[in-house]
Amino acid sequence: MTDQLRGKSTIVGTGHAGFGEAHGLTAYDVMAQSALAALGDAGLTLSDVDGLFCTMMEDSMPALMAAEYLGIQPRFIDGTMSGGSSFVNYLTSATMALDAGLCDVALIVYGSNQRTASGKLVTASRPPAYEAPYNPRYPISAYAMAAARHMHEYGTTREQLADVAVAARAWAQHNPEAFERGPLTREDVLGARMVGDPLTTRDCCLVTDGGGAVVLVRADRARDFPKPPVYVLGSAAESSHRQISQMKDFTVTAARASGKRAFAAAGVSPGDIQAVELYDAFTINTILFLEDLGFCAKGEGGAFVENGRIAPDGALPVNTNGGGLSCVHPGMYGIFTVIEAARQIRGDAPGIQLNDIDLALAHGNGGVLSSQVTAILGSQATL
Amino acid sequence: MPDATGPDQIFQRALADKEIVLPRCDDCGAFHFFPRVLCPHCHGTAISWKPASGKGRVHTTTVVRRKPERGGDYNVCMVELEEGVRMMSRVEGVAPGDVVIDMAVTAFVGEAEGAPVVLFRPAEA
Ligand SMILES: [Zn+2]
Repeated sequence: MTDQLRGKSTIVGTGHAGFGEAHGLTAYDVMAQSALAALGDAGLTLSDVDGLFCTMMEDSMPALMAAEYLGIQPRFIDGTMSGGSSFVNYLTSATMALDAGLCDVALIVYGSNQRTASGKLVTASRPPAYEAPYNPRYPISAYAMAAARHMHEYGTTREQLADVAVAARAWAQHNPEAFERGPLTREDVLGARMVGDPLTTRDCCLVTDGGGAVVLVRADRARDFPKPPVYVLGSAAESSHRQISQMKDFTVTAARASGKRAFAAAGVSPGDIQAVELYDAFTINTILFLEDLGFCAKGEGGAFVENGRIAPDGALPVNTNGGGLSCVHPGMYGIFTVIEAARQIRGDAPGIQLNDIDLALAHGNGGVLSSQVTAILGSQATL
Repeated sequence: MPDATGPDQIFQRALADKEIVLPRCDDCGAFHFFPRVLCPHCHGTAISWKPASGKGRVHTTTVVRRKPERGGDYNVCMVELEEGVRMMSRVEGVAPGDVVIDMAVTAFVGEAEGAPVVLFRPAEA
């Protein structure tokens, strides 16, 4: 059964800015440069934008701050903050708003100067009252405990976790936009400094600056733009908790539900997907999401990613830009799963461009495995 | 000090008296944690407080690595209590890396940054 919103919106522009180190720029500067890049890609200008979908790591009203900075007065805004998944989630609200005529040009945008601002995770959130006394290091302690439980229940190994990082680096080595492009072996990952057992620094995403944006319009206008259209075929979310102590099963995420509904909406199944872009804040994420989205059975994610299976020339292309582990991770990575999926379909991926990609998946994660959002994007041929 | 009335106040006040109490729903009989004004299982609002048995097992665990000069490594874990609820905590009296999943532990009221908190130690064999 496909959804009534299937194919109703199309991505007509993608852009990014400030990858790596954006010296001297604020988070909003990087946001604005990303917006300009995406609009330029679409042949549009800021004055065309009447729908704004944005959140930032700072401020309590970031969407308003962004609109003000950009000098626009959008008639529809969505600033829902579900962490890094927000930007995949906005595909749903943007499609709804476009389809209902509440806006005509939707801009999804994010920017951060997390690296040059100090390297600290900028955050407006308070530590949870019943966790703070134990000084967990956020967010790594939460993901480390999920990894430990997965290893305990399914025999997943540190070597398998390391293979996720090695595969991400192998993709990044071909991507001139990626921040980390040096060689990385399994031994390098295992021998790196342990930060939260069982995760080493190389099991953790980068801390970079950077921003990204995508522009969407109603599908009936898809052919009026310079780049090939990329349709939103299905998108779905599920939220399971906010604090890691409230996660019911540390080895199963809400991606199981979001994925199932996104696939149903798009009318496709995991076997049809040609490029998989997952929010890999930590190596365990990739394993959990491959399982929960149905690319392999629960507990088999470790074996699934072994020995280059998700690396270039492997069986399944995963995080083809190098991911948050090796390409870019400015506080929240979600927007980049959408951008890379769209570019693979358009045929202008910055690194390895896969052949004839018609269907790609973008998956966002927010909080501490808390919010899961899955989107399936397709080419003109998939409509 | 006024009498404790809110769920968080009741829990904290008991901790200050070295007691660990857990909220239990009068309607469905299930415990929950953290304390709140409704039962997250059935959404009933009649909540009673029961003394915790203090018996639990480590559900999952990690070591937060920290430089020795800043205090050294420490444990952060999730403990599943006999009552069926989980809480974040720390197991003391054993090296942080020796805390393992399924380890039997016993709760006690300790202190963190001047405030009483629930901590655990390995259960007596
Ligand atoms: Zn109840």
